[in-house]
Amino acid sequence: MLRYILKRIALMIPIILALTFVVFSIMSLTPGDAAYAILGSEYSEENGAQLRTELGLDKPFFVQYFNYMVGLLHGDMGTSYISKAPVVDQLKARFPNTFKITMLSMAFSVIVGIPIGVISATKPKSVLSRTSLLVGMMGISIPGFWLGMLMILLFAVKLGWLPSSGVNEGFKSLLLPSLTLGINFLASVMRTTRSSMMETVRADYVRTARSKGLSEKKVIFDHALGNALMPTITVVGVQVGTLLGSMVLTETVFAIPGTGRLLVEAITKRDTPTILGALVLLGCCVAVCNLIVDIIYAYIDPRIKAQYTGRA
Amino acid sequence: MEANSANTRMITTRKEFYRKFRKKSIAQELWGRFVKNKTAVLGLAIFIMILLLAVFAPLIADYDTVVIKLNIAERLQKPSAKYIFGTDEMGRDIFARIIYGARNSLTISFVSVAFALTLGGLLGAISGYYGGLVDNIIMRIMDVFLCLPEILMALAFVAVFGTSIPNLIISAGLSFSPKFARIVRSAVLSVRGSEYLEAARSIGARDFYIIINHVIINCIGPIIVQVTLYIAHAILIISSLSFIGLGVQPPAPEWGNMLSSGREYMREAAYLVISPGLAIFFTILSLNLLGDGLRDTLDPRLKQ
Repeated sequence: MLRYILKRIALMIPIILALTFVVFSIMSLTPGDAAYAILGSEYSEENGAQLRTELGLDKPFFVQYFNYMVGLLHGDMGTSYISKAPVVDQLKARFPNTFKITMLSMAFSVIVGIPIGVISATKPKSVLSRTSLLVGMMGISIPGFWLGMLMILLFAVKLGWLPSSGVNEGFKSLLLPSLTLGINFLASVMRTTRSSMMETVRADYVRTARSKGLSEKKVIFDHALGNALMPTITVVGVQVGTLLGSMVLTETVFAIPGTGRLLVEAITKRDTPTILGALVLLGCCVAVCNLIVDIIYAYIDPRIKAQYTGRA
Repeated sequence: MEANSANTRMITTRKEFYRKFRKKSIAQELWGRFVKNKTAVLGLAIFIMILLLAVFAPLIADYDTVVIKLNIAERLQKPSAKYIFGTDEMGRDIFARIIYGARNSLTISFVSVAFALTLGGLLGAISGYYGGLVDNIIMRIMDVFLCLPEILMALAFVAVFGTSIPNLIISAGLSFSPKFARIVRSAVLSVRGSEYLEAARSIGARDFYIIINHVIINCIGPIIVQVTLYIAHAILIISSLSFIGLGVQPPAPEWGNMLSSGREYMREAAYLVISPGLAIFFTILSLNLLGDGLRDTLDPRLKQ
């Protein structure tokens, strides 16, 4: 098992290399002169050339990429063109908000989505099951940022229970953003759990378990659930990226100073180092989440475990 | 289960016999299967309605006078008989803006998905058809692009290209391409070993001919399903980009940018953000219902 985990962690290196390479190459296509963007009206031929040399922008692409990677390993992601502050510091200030909301919404989706999926699969004719089907379909179709605005109108403006923006009220101010962010995720988790559970309870081995006279509870939880959760875990892995991507929108709706908002601001101001830094950070988050999902997968799937413990 | 018991029921009349054994065309059979799925038909109906409104928008409202032009006298009117969804902060008819917005949203999503299908699909088809080294090289490159979520990838491209409509299409299309390469590749792999491909090859057909006329035709089912679901996804991404100000730029109407400008007034005038959001919601919902229905129709094995 440890070997699997180590192998999977080692795989992170090429993933992160690829990620930075892609982002770096896309950003290097940016038209216009960076020196001009930084200096603005003070730009002249002379100090422009000097600045380009200072930033290493006159070097070939691969040298620039190499330098960026060396910097990255030392925790240096360059300096913002606009605020002149190190990108790392900006990210450090903004990332905790993003992280908290993402974790909260994932936890919420999994804790609510899986049980509802399981219950509605075991009682397919019940009201709960039918409702969950409908809500699931609506949940994957609703634009999160719109739902966010509706929730602000209801909970913040009309009822006044929760703050509508910012992060100053601790947990209370994280609630609405997390719900908003999690809704599509929750719906996919629920739908997947439901359909895979429905398939599993029809499997031969589940029928065997039932015919042995086991209680329904035991059949579902000890026999069916483990296998039925496989597709759910896969969906979690696939959707994590989308979740982190939608963070950009949620942060905009709720005016949360997070990484996503930073990215959008940087794009509007054409602040390439910050864009690069934010994208690399968010991409790495996706990679780490996928790593965690893979490890959980290995714990649940005995086939992966057997591959590594069997031979050792 | 139900279908099975119906098949084994005894045939008692001649009419029933003919009905059962008359050969139907594939299209007829598929249509028959499709219309049995009530929610899919509902999805199709909603989508066709939205499509018709978008196509015939010029007959319903005039672009220059009610969609774009500032009209302070009619500012922030509540929904009424004259303006069924009300007017926005510049006195423009929200309903008219929504149907013209549909033209933008739908066109951009369709074209960007078509772009992704062409580029990604071609790469995926080549990759799946030839296999081996070619497959490895193409798919590893696609994997590299998949490490960033689509919306962030689209944002990165928009940051580089800028926010005009053609740029949006290219940005979204490029960020969707790797997924389509994967989808098409796996579809191609599923028909790859078939004997009819062998047969075509043995009569001397060229690879290109085989890919177009045999491979693609035979794996079109799952691709149609994915395209439908992806258009829904594209609509969400395009309106998201517009919402954060990096998509379709005002004053051109687009659902996302309508929500974005309405957001500032939503405390006083909630209807500003309700109807454009509903437009996005219903369009995506209809495509999702349709996509699910098509999946059940075209690939009965996947039926849940």
